[in-house]
Amino acid sequence: MEYKDYYQIMGVERDATQDEIKRAYRKLARKYHPDVSKEADAELKFKELGEANEVLKDPEKRAAYDQLGSNWNAQQDFRPPPDWGTGFEFRGAPQGGGGHDGFSDFFESLFGQARGPVGGGRSFHMQGEDHHAKILIDLEDSYQGASRSISLQMPEVTPDGHVVTRNRTLKVSIPKGIRQGQQIRLGGQGAKGQGRGSAGDLYLEVEFNPHRFYHVEGADVYLDVPLAPWEAALGASVKVPTPSGAIDLKVPANSQAGKKLRLKGRGIPAKTPGDLYVVLQIVLPSSDDEKARNIYQRMRDEVEFNPRATMEVA
Amino acid sequence: MNSKRKGERTLIGHVFEENDVITLADLCRSCTVKTETVTLLVSEGILDPVGGDVEHWQFSISSIRRVRTAVHLQRDLGVNLAGAALALELLDQIAELKRR
Repeated sequence: MEYKDYYQIMGVERDATQDEIKRAYRKLARKYHPDVSKEADAELKFKELGEANEVLKDPEKRAAYDQLGSNWNAQQDFRPPPDWGTGFEFRGAPQGGGGHDGFSDFFESLFGQARGPVGGGRSFHMQGEDHHAKILIDLEDSYQGASRSISLQMPEVTPDGHVVTRNRTLKVSIPKGIRQGQQIRLGGQGAKGQGRGSAGDLYLEVEFNPHRFYHVEGADVYLDVPLAPWEAALGASVKVPTPSGAIDLKVPANSQAGKKLRLKGRGIPAKTPGDLYVVLQIVLPSSDDEKARNIYQRMRDEVEFNPRATMEVA
Repeated sequence: MNSKRKGERTLIGHVFEENDVITLADLCRSCTVKTETVTLLVSEGILDPVGGDVEHWQFSISSIRRVRTAVHLQRDLGVNLAGAALALELLDQIAELKRR
């Protein structure tokens, strides 16, 4: 397994005080907290950070970790020394049950054994916890409906009280018309119950993958369409993509940049479907091209036009 | 894609609509929190149930997310309830600004 450099993860020196560790943790936790952070790999970073903190904040665990020595490099292949753990008593599994799931094998091999069995005797029955996850889909999936696979890391408590992370893949039906932020509940796909307790549910929050062309607001879809100046000025029929297939779009004459054309009902499908808004952009041919330059110059000389007429600067 | 390997059946879930509501008990269960936690979040203005008194409280489906975020922020960042409420409000504002 990989060695984890908890000091490096936390960005502190090996001789940092407990206060320095606490400060470093708080600062990084705010930066990478998955509910707050917009960093791409926030979830992963936050998990690592939580693991590092779990060890370094606890003087006993920290001392034990320090005993491994400082000659290890992050990611180096690691095996705990045979006399590992002698003389240390690790009290308390990670607190609270939730929130510390999925620590690395490295952590588990060093501190995992310390956790006592949970839940007590055989006669204990409890419904399993609900789990929550995100499912990323494409906008097109919402137009057509789809079935998508999602990989989940599920924390699971073994009968002897260890928390292990199990990977599993679920195939989920994505109903047509689903919107960003909606929740799909999969009954019985959460944590296993204890005793005769039933399993919890799994809630999936739908999120769309960012799209090259479209952005989505509720059930409405927006598309920026570049036009040549003459298309905007004279009117034109142009081919544009939509999530349900390419269409011919009629651009009225004298369309200015930023004009929105509404294609009713071509947003995300539903009983009342959303609309598709085409936002016009005007793109100029480069004046490096001699023909284009000549025409610009002629327009400058011959066309009466002051785009700043309303700004009263003469 | 179409292979029918064991455990590969497609799961069909229940989809919540935006104006669906859930009860206090469902909310607590779904977020694995005690009733008191939700009551505190209501008094802090983080949640806005309809239905008058506690027994008839009904929560919007987005409450699940709010409760979970509030609980996570308190647990992971050491902020208190008021701090979590402030963070949630700012997160709402950021989301709102992004929509524009």
